[in-house]
Amino acid sequence: MKKNGVFSRAFMALVFLFLYAPIFVLVVFSFNAIKSRTTWGGFSLHWYVELFHNTRILEALRTTLTVSVLAAAIATVAGTAAAIGFYSMRRRPRGICLAVNNIPMTNADIITGVSLMLLFVLLGRQLGFKLGFGTLLIAHITFDIPYVILSVLPKLRQLDPNIYEAAQDLGATGLTAFRKVVLPEIMPGVWNGALIAFTMSIDDFVISYFTAGSKTSTLAMEIYAMTRRRISPQINALSTLLFVVVLALLVVINLRQSRQEQAARLRRATLRSPQKER
Amino acid sequence: MRNKYLAVPYVVWMAVFVVAPLVLVVVYAFTARDGGLTLSNFTSMHQYVGVFGNSFLLALIATAVCLAVGYPMAFLLAREGERIRQIAIMLIMLPMWMNFLLRTYAWMSLLEDTGLINRLLSLLHLPTLHMINTPGAVVLGMVYNFLPFMVLPIYSVMEKIDPKVIEAAQDLGADSVTVFRRIILPLSLPGVLSGITMVFIPSVSTFVITQLLGGSMTMLLGDLIQTQFMGTAYNPHLGSAIALVMMLLVLVCMAIMNRFGEGEEGAVML
Amino acid sequence: MRKTLALVLAASLAALLAGCGGGGSGAASNGVVNVYNWGEYIDESIFDDFESLTGITVNYQIYSDNESLYSILKGGGAEYDVIIPSDYMISRMIGEDMLEELDFSNIPNFSDIDPSLKNPDYDPENRYSVPYTWGTVGIIYNTEVVTKPVTGWSILFDPDYAGQILMFDNSRDCLGIALKYLGYSYNTTDAAQITEAVDLLIRQKQDGLVQAYVMDQIFDKLEGGEAAIGPYYAGDFLTMHESNPALAFCLPEEGSNVFVDAMCIPKGAANKANAEAFINFMCTTEAGLANCEATGYSSPLVSVQDALPDEVRSSPVSYPDSETLAQCEAFVNLPADILALYDSEWLRLKTGS
Repeated sequence: MKKNGVFSRAFMALVFLFLYAPIFVLVVFSFNAIKSRTTWGGFSLHWYVELFHNTRILEALRTTLTVSVLAAAIATVAGTAAAIGFYSMRRRPRGICLAVNNIPMTNADIITGVSLMLLFVLLGRQLGFKLGFGTLLIAHITFDIPYVILSVLPKLRQLDPNIYEAAQDLGATGLTAFRKVVLPEIMPGVWNGALIAFTMSIDDFVISYFTAGSKTSTLAMEIYAMTRRRISPQINALSTLLFVVVLALLVVINLRQSRQEQAARLRRATLRSPQKER
Repeated sequence: MRNKYLAVPYVVWMAVFVVAPLVLVVVYAFTARDGGLTLSNFTSMHQYVGVFGNSFLLALIATAVCLAVGYPMAFLLAREGERIRQIAIMLIMLPMWMNFLLRTYAWMSLLEDTGLINRLLSLLHLPTLHMINTPGAVVLGMVYNFLPFMVLPIYSVMEKIDPKVIEAAQDLGADSVTVFRRIILPLSLPGVLSGITMVFIPSVSTFVITQLLGGSMTMLLGDLIQTQFMGTAYNPHLGSAIALVMMLLVLVCMAIMNRFGEGEEGAVML
Repeated sequence: MRKTLALVLAASLAALLAGCGGGGSGAASNGVVNVYNWGEYIDESIFDDFESLTGITVNYQIYSDNESLYSILKGGGAEYDVIIPSDYMISRMIGEDMLEELDFSNIPNFSDIDPSLKNPDYDPENRYSVPYTWGTVGIIYNTEVVTKPVTGWSILFDPDYAGQILMFDNSRDCLGIALKYLGYSYNTTDAAQITEAVDLLIRQKQDGLVQAYVMDQIFDKLEGGEAAIGPYYAGDFLTMHESNPALAFCLPEEGSNVFVDAMCIPKGAANKANAEAFINFMCTTEAGLANCEATGYSSPLVSVQDALPDEVRSSPVSYPDSETLAQCEAFVNLPADILALYDSEWLRLKTGS
C-alpha cells in the first residue's frame, strides 16, 4: 500500500494537536503559582500539595477505583458466563436476549442513569435501603456486562465446536475441558471485555451522578462539583497526575504487548509454515 | 460447553436492572404528580420542540464533523507502519482514560474571551473571537470528546481490509478512486455506522458540555431531563416523558441508518 | 498484556484496601452528620473543631440553588441531616412536610440569635429552622469596564454591555430581577406579570446581552474579568472584591431581595441528634465569627455582631442600614399553581433561543 505523504502526515499531526492542546494547557497551568487559568504567574507545586491534602478528592479517587475494579471484575465473570449461555441458546431467544443486552449500550447514559435512579429509589423505599455505593456498583455492573458479552461472543463463535467434545472424549470432565480448552481460546476476548468495562466505569459520570446517592461520590462527580463552584487549579494538578499515570500504564502495556507479539511471531515462524502468518 | 442455563442469572439481572427501570420511565411519563394517569406530559411537550430540534441539529453537526475528521484519520492511520499505528492508537485512546469533564474543562481556558486563544490572537494583532458560551463551543466540546469513538471503530475495520484485495483490484486496472469507492468504502461501512452511533447518542443527550462550554445558554435534551430530575425545575414525570420521546427518536434514527448499512450486526468495538 | 493488567488491577486494589484501612481508623467516632450546603458558604476548617469537640465526623456536600436542593430531596435518593435552604424554600418545605421539627433543648445557642430573626414569616412558630446567615442581592460590576453609574437593575438590560452580563441560573432569583425592574413584587401571583418578566428576560438573552447563566461560576468570571456585570449575593461580593479590587457593589434603588438562609433537618434524617449538635455548634460565637470572615455573609448571632470589627459592622454591604433594608423584599413561598408556572416559564426562558 502507498505510504502517507507530507500532506496526510500534516493532517494527522493537526488532529493530534487538537486532541492534545487542551491537555497540554491543563498540564502547564497545573504548575502555575497563581490561581488564574490563563495568566502565568511563575512555577509552583502549590496545587499538587493542596490536592494531596484534599481528602474529598482522595476519597473520591478511592471510590472510583474500587467501583471500577469491582464492577469490571464482576462484569467480566458474569458477562463471560452469560455469553456462553447466549451462545448455547436457540436463535430466537438469543436474538431477544442480545437485543435487551444492547439497550444499556445504545441508550443515552442519561436515560440509563435516570431510569436506574427511579428503580433504586422505589426499591429503596420498599426494602429500606438508600442510594449509595451498592447502587452505584449495580449500575456500573449493569452497563459493563454488555461490553464483556459483545467482546466474548465473537470468540465463542470462532471456536471449533469439536475441540470441547474432543477433550471430553479424551477423558476430561466438563469443567476441566472448559478450563483447559475453551477458556484459553476465548481469553483474549475476556480480557478485552474486562479492559473495556474498566475504561467505561472509570470514564462514567452521568450514570454515577444519578445512582450514587448523596454520600458516595466518584472522581467524576467531585470534578463536576468543582466546576460548579470556584475552580481551583487542583483540577489541573489532578488532570496532570491522571494523564501521567495513564500514559505510563499504556506505555508499559504496549511495550509488553509488542514484545510478546514479537516472541509469539518468532515462535510461530519456527513452528509453522510461513504462509499461515498474517 | 453448551449450557444455556449459564445465561439465567444475567437474564434475571437484565429484567430487574435494564427492563424494569425503563418500564418505570414509561410509568412516570404517563402519570401526573398526584399519581393519576395522564397524557399531559406529552401534550405539554410541544413547548420543547425547539430543544429537540436544537439537540438533534447540534448532535448531527458534531457527528458530521467527527466523521469528516475521523474517517480520513482512520484511513491514513491504517496505512502507517505497525509501530506508528500502535503509538497513534494509544495516543487516541489516552484522553478517553482521563475524565471527560476534565477534557471539557480544559477547553474553557482556551475559548474564553480572555482565554488563551484570544490572548494569542491579540498578541498577533488579530481581531479576537467570541467563542465560549455559543452553540459552536458546545459542538466543539462534543467533537473533542467523542472523536475517538469515531476514529477507533473505523480504524479497526480499515485495518482488517486485506491488502491483497486492494492489490488485486489495482492489478485489474482500478485507479485509486475506484479502489476507494468500490472496496475501502463498502468494507469500512460497518465501522462508520458504529462510529456514528457512538458519537451521535452521547452528543444528543449531553448535559455537562452545555453547562461548561455553553454557559447554560443553550439547553439541550440532556439538560432538560437533568433539570427535571436533579435541577431547577423538579418534574420527573415530564422528564421521563421527554426521555422516552428522545429514546424513541434515537431508535428511529438508528433504524433508518442501519437500513442503509443493511443491518450489519455486532457493532465493531474498540 | 493480561499479566500486566492483572498486576495493575491487583496493585490498585491493594493500594485501595490499604487506603481504606487508613481512613477508617480515626478518633473515637460518634457517628457522622451529613451536611448539605450552598457552595462557597462555609469555612470548612471549622469542621475539624466540631469533630474534635464532639467526635462527630462531618460529611459535607454542596448544592447550587434552592430549587436543585428541592429536586434532590424530592427525588428521594439523598440522605442529608442538615440542609440550609432560604426562607421561601423553607416555607415550601414545611408546607410539603419535608422537614423535621427541631428539638431546641439540643440547641441552647439559639438564644444568641437576633430576636428580629426569630419566629420569622417563613417559620412563624420557629419550629423547623435556625438562621444561618442573612444578606441581600446586589449588582456586582467591574469598574474598569462599566463606566456608567450603576444605580439599579437597568444596567443588566443595557445593550452597551452586551455579552458582559451574567444572570442567575435559578428561577426565583432570575425572574425576581425582571419583576423588580418592571416594578412588580417578587411575590406576585399575577400570571401576566410573571410572563411579562420572562418575556423581558428572553429579549435580554436573544439580544445577546447575557453571556451566561451562572451560580458559583460567577466568582471566576468576575474575578478574572471574563464578565463585567452580574447580580449575586452581597457576602460573595466581599470575597470577590478581595481578589479583584476593581469590583464594586450596588444595591439597586428599585429595591432588592433580602434573604435569610436557615439550617433545617430534612424529614427522616438518620442522625437527627448529631444534626442538632451541628446546628448548635454553628451558633457558637467562634464558629459564627470564623464563618462570617470566610464567607462575607451577615451573621444572625448577636454575640458575633458585637464581636465584629467596626469596619465590618458599619459596612453597607454586609450590614445595610434599616432604611435600605426597608426597600428590600423577601421571597415568600408561592401557591402551587404559580410554582408550576415558574417552572414552565423558567424552562421557556432557558430553552428559548
